[in-house]
Amino acid sequence: MWDQEIKGMASAHVILASTILLATVMPTIFLQNFSVYQTHLAWLYSVAGLVAAVNIALFWLLGVGPAAKRNSFGHKVSRLIRCCLYFCLSCLFFHAVVLLYGAPLLQSVLETFSLAVLLSTFTTLRCLCLLGPNIQAWIRVFSRDGAMSVWDTSLQITTACSIIGAWLGAFPIPLDWDRPWQVWPIPCTLGTTLGFLSGLVIAPAWIHWHRQHLTYKSK
Amino acid sequence: MKVRSSVFASLCLIVEICGIALFLRGFFPAPVKSSFTLKSKLSDQPAEPGPGDAGNSSKVPPALFNRVVVLLIDALREDFVYGAKGRHFMPYTRSLIERGSSLSFVAKARPPTVTMPRIKALTTGSIPGFIDVVMNLNSAAMLEDNLIWQARAAGKRLVFFGDDTWLRLFPKHFELFDGTTSFFVSDYTEVDNNVTRHLDAVLEWHDWDVLILHYLGLDHIGHLSGPHSSLVGPKLIEMDNVLKKIHTSLISKETEGTLPNLLVLCGDHGMSETGSHGGSSEPEVNTPLVLLSPAFGRKAGLEKAEPVEQVDLAPTLALGLGLPIPQNNVGRLLQPVFQSTPLRQQLRYLQLNAVQLSRLLKDSSPHFHKEEGHELFRVAEKSHANWVKLYLEGNASEVLLNVGKKVLKQYLDALKAMNAALSRQLGKYDMYSMVLGMVLILQVLLLLLLAMPEALSSGAEVELPLGPALLSLPFFLLCLLAAAMHVLVCTSAGELCFPCNLHWGATIILFTAASAGLCLLLSLAARRLAPMGRPAAKSAGNSGCFSELDVLLLSGTVGHTLSLAASSFIEEEHQTWYFLLNTLCLAVFQDVCRKYFREKRPPADDGALLAPRDKPAHSSSSNRKWLALTTPLMTLTFCRLLRSLNQTGVQWAHLPDLGHWLTSSEHKGALSLLAAGSLVLVFILVHRRCSLVSKIALVLGLLGVYSYRAAVGNVLFPWQQDGRDLSKGVLEARFVYVFVLGILFTGAKDLLRSQVAVADGGLKSRGLWEVYAGLVLLAALVSRPHNLPVLSGCLLIQVAMTRFIWRDLQYDAAQVTIMHVWFGQAFFYFQGNSNNIGTVDISAGFIGLETYVEAPACLLTAFSTYTGPLLWAIHLAWYLTSQQDSRAAPSLGHGCFCLALLRSTPAAAYIIMVTALRYHLFIWSVFSPKLLYESAHTLVITVVCLFFTAMDRKPTIQL
Repeated sequence: MWDQEIKGMASAHVILASTILLATVMPTIFLQNFSVYQTHLAWLYSVAGLVAAVNIALFWLLGVGPAAKRNSFGHKVSRLIRCCLYFCLSCLFFHAVVLLYGAPLLQSVLETFSLAVLLSTFTTLRCLCLLGPNIQAWIRVFSRDGAMSVWDTSLQITTACSIIGAWLGAFPIPLDWDRPWQVWPIPCTLGTTLGFLSGLVIAPAWIHWHRQHLTYKSK
Repeated sequence: MKVRSSVFASLCLIVEICGIALFLRGFFPAPVKSSFTLKSKLSDQPAEPGPGDAGNSSKVPPALFNRVVVLLIDALREDFVYGAKGRHFMPYTRSLIERGSSLSFVAKARPPTVTMPRIKALTTGSIPGFIDVVMNLNSAAMLEDNLIWQARAAGKRLVFFGDDTWLRLFPKHFELFDGTTSFFVSDYTEVDNNVTRHLDAVLEWHDWDVLILHYLGLDHIGHLSGPHSSLVGPKLIEMDNVLKKIHTSLISKETEGTLPNLLVLCGDHGMSETGSHGGSSEPEVNTPLVLLSPAFGRKAGLEKAEPVEQVDLAPTLALGLGLPIPQNNVGRLLQPVFQSTPLRQQLRYLQLNAVQLSRLLKDSSPHFHKEEGHELFRVAEKSHANWVKLYLEGNASEVLLNVGKKVLKQYLDALKAMNAALSRQLGKYDMYSMVLGMVLILQVLLLLLLAMPEALSSGAEVELPLGPALLSLPFFLLCLLAAAMHVLVCTSAGELCFPCNLHWGATIILFTAASAGLCLLLSLAARRLAPMGRPAAKSAGNSGCFSELDVLLLSGTVGHTLSLAASSFIEEEHQTWYFLLNTLCLAVFQDVCRKYFREKRPPADDGALLAPRDKPAHSSSSNRKWLALTTPLMTLTFCRLLRSLNQTGVQWAHLPDLGHWLTSSEHKGALSLLAAGSLVLVFILVHRRCSLVSKIALVLGLLGVYSYRAAVGNVLFPWQQDGRDLSKGVLEARFVYVFVLGILFTGAKDLLRSQVAVADGGLKSRGLWEVYAGLVLLAALVSRPHNLPVLSGCLLIQVAMTRFIWRDLQYDAAQVTIMHVWFGQAFFYFQGNSNNIGTVDISAGFIGLETYVEAPACLLTAFSTYTGPLLWAIHLAWYLTSQQDSRAAPSLGHGCFCLALLRSTPAAAYIIMVTALRYHLFIWSVFSPKLLYESAHTLVITVVCLFFTAMDRKPTIQL
């Protein structure tokens, strides 16, 4: 059962990773002059949109999402609205954090906000899909030894990797190489994406490696 | 021998300071400078030796050339003219060199092979050292005696086209000029067309004496694609055409009755095989120097170009134009240029050059009469006098000619020896001192690292096996070895090394210290390694439970140290610190959240709000919780605001910031309000722990600060009358100084009492707070008015962090120290400092002084520069002392040790990196200033550590 769960997660991760590649390659067919550096925002939103769609579809199909207690239509709608609200809030939160890190306040607001959207897609959206709009569950998952399933661990790892990737991505900005990819926010978005990709790779590997030590206590 | 960790840390830092001083002495050799501050004048020139009645002998001999054109091609390598490339691409020049009336040399440039120092070398004849370059960063214009100034003073008319570095170095020297900027490296055609387009007009026009052309295109091509690129050929052809144009229109046309003209073709530096320059490899150093004039005899064929120094051009041109030689010149004239003149005149030229060099030698070396060159010069001058006597007697025989030739040779030998003596002191790294300094610094770092587990233990004492180490055989062997090595190095390298010129006592102390350090290191390492088995497993278990914060603190420290290897990260070091500080605040925020949320997690996760429900009695504790939660967020916001106050660094320094907005005269009202508000906030935050007397002193002092700023004209007084003229505010500033000293005195009194008398813990921390308050007042006085928010923000963050974070989350002394150090660094940059010498606020040194007095001015400038790190360090002392009462742990010792370790790690790493990168292109523009900053910072931290050590003492007398 363990192996099966890990395999399921790994294949989900492979699908997600190929989505990112697809989102990078596909727009060249539809759009002229598309490139990751020049039309960065287009690339960013294509990645964010596709990853979001695939994420939602995957979790819905696999059925690993939160077990709903009441299954009424009204409840579902309210959950959906809360999810959207949380997503927007998380975008604003990331935007604020990036501003605190020294992004220009008014200049290139759109770029900064797009970075926040990308970060939210890679982190918050997955949390929402997996845990629902339930802050308590989030706190549980992100506190020490709080993971209760393979998916929780994968969530922890991909989230941490995305954020660390964005963090590390800021390092090349001050270098005086004058390269096209050093323009704000390209290094950070690329860092986030690479971090997320490596998180997708690391998570199954790590769980597989530690499967003897991992004991998930049930609720 | 057991030593407390604070004592150990201070000792280590003192040794480190000695090591850094030794390293700096080797890295920045003392420049050779004439002691005369004035420029040389024609009337000061020495008379021709010989009998006193010799007619017009005290005059400088007449000029040899009428007009001079200097064609300077940036990065012109020697083989571009003399090699195969020259034959292909510069045919006209080659034909002149081989068969025309020309003289060709290979001029050796000295590192740093960068344009600006090279222009200085060409015009002054001196070799600018790195320290010159660093010291002159503020004054762009050249103040030294130079050829351009001399030519201008002699009434020559100068014209310049090319690199605008010249215009910055010599403002208002040129009658006609057009500067091109070397900023756009990718442009290699336009820069040169901008020079060439003036050429026709200037060659038609006859109202000039000296024309200087500086072509940048070749250098840009080198940077773009290297010396073997296909772009080099066309560029050389272009340059050959320029030379042809000048030569045909000016040089080859001989006009009767005037002196001949001269065309000089030279390069400022070469280029390496990759196309860059700055270092000291052969292709970077060797440049061609071709002199073309009908005055020179025609050549029969290609001769091997003679190697000379680049600086030799300066005296040659000076004498050729009939000007005095620039004072700091170390070059010797190119004798072939003067070959065609009568022998008497030739000797006169040589004598002028020799006298100038001997004067410089006299100024630069105390043992000048021991120098061989000086001796040779004396002899040559004497025989010159005899020759002149013979000459004036009308003795025109073969004997006279032979004697004259002998004198000439004597002069040339003297010049060569003096030049060698002078250049030995210049432009070279004294590797021996550097290595000795590095050995000391590395020893200190390793000692600190090895002693870390002991020093940070609960005992806070380090067991130093000093006695056994000093009596052991290896110690004596090491001493002997060091002495032998010293003798070997000094006998082979001669006078060049600084340690060889040290007093023998100092040398013995140095080597004993170094060997003792090594022995200590070995014994400590042996002790660490001996019980390898057990602690290894234990430490592995320990490292497993590092919290995220510990990981961040460690990786941040290591990462910052590593980032110093890149010049961009040094230029933008503030970004590193802001980034780390932000991450630190977020990590602290996470810790706070964990403390307040996780423990009280409601058993059922029904999505209810997290406010503590069943605790109405503890409303104050819930308040406290929210305050604790907002503290890191407030810190983050403040840091973001403060960083937009001063843009520093290089890449984004030009962006508008709040500081500029505030200091512009239209916003004086806003600045006044902000300054007043900040001062009030400072008072509110500091006064709580002060005694009554200090409170009053603080109020008056802060009022004094405001009235000082109003008097200087930075801020507005509400009741200020308009017509009041500005003063220097000396009275107001001194008024503040009185209160600063008063508060410091009361603090010191408390501290002394706590040292001698009962262990009343409160007394010591009260005293420390008063010292802190005094320093805050001083900081308020010396910081620029728009930087007052930095001060109040610093205090606010300190107070909030102390009350809600550091105590409640029970961070240990080491963690708190590292956080203080990070904050201190960030505040250093918030103040507007950078790693460039230009941002030091020198005006702080004049506050309250009528005239410039060196000692207080230096102290005040240092204090105003390092306000951030100093205030945070003193706050750390107070915090750790006030903690010490509640807990038994000797946190002050731990803090002191961590400070020392955190300072010596980057300092030692940086010194090694600088040594490795000493031929880097940016060595004098980026790395050298940073080296000075690192050294000054280490000095400041040493003083702080000594203060910590003094505080760390237990009271001696128990009543």
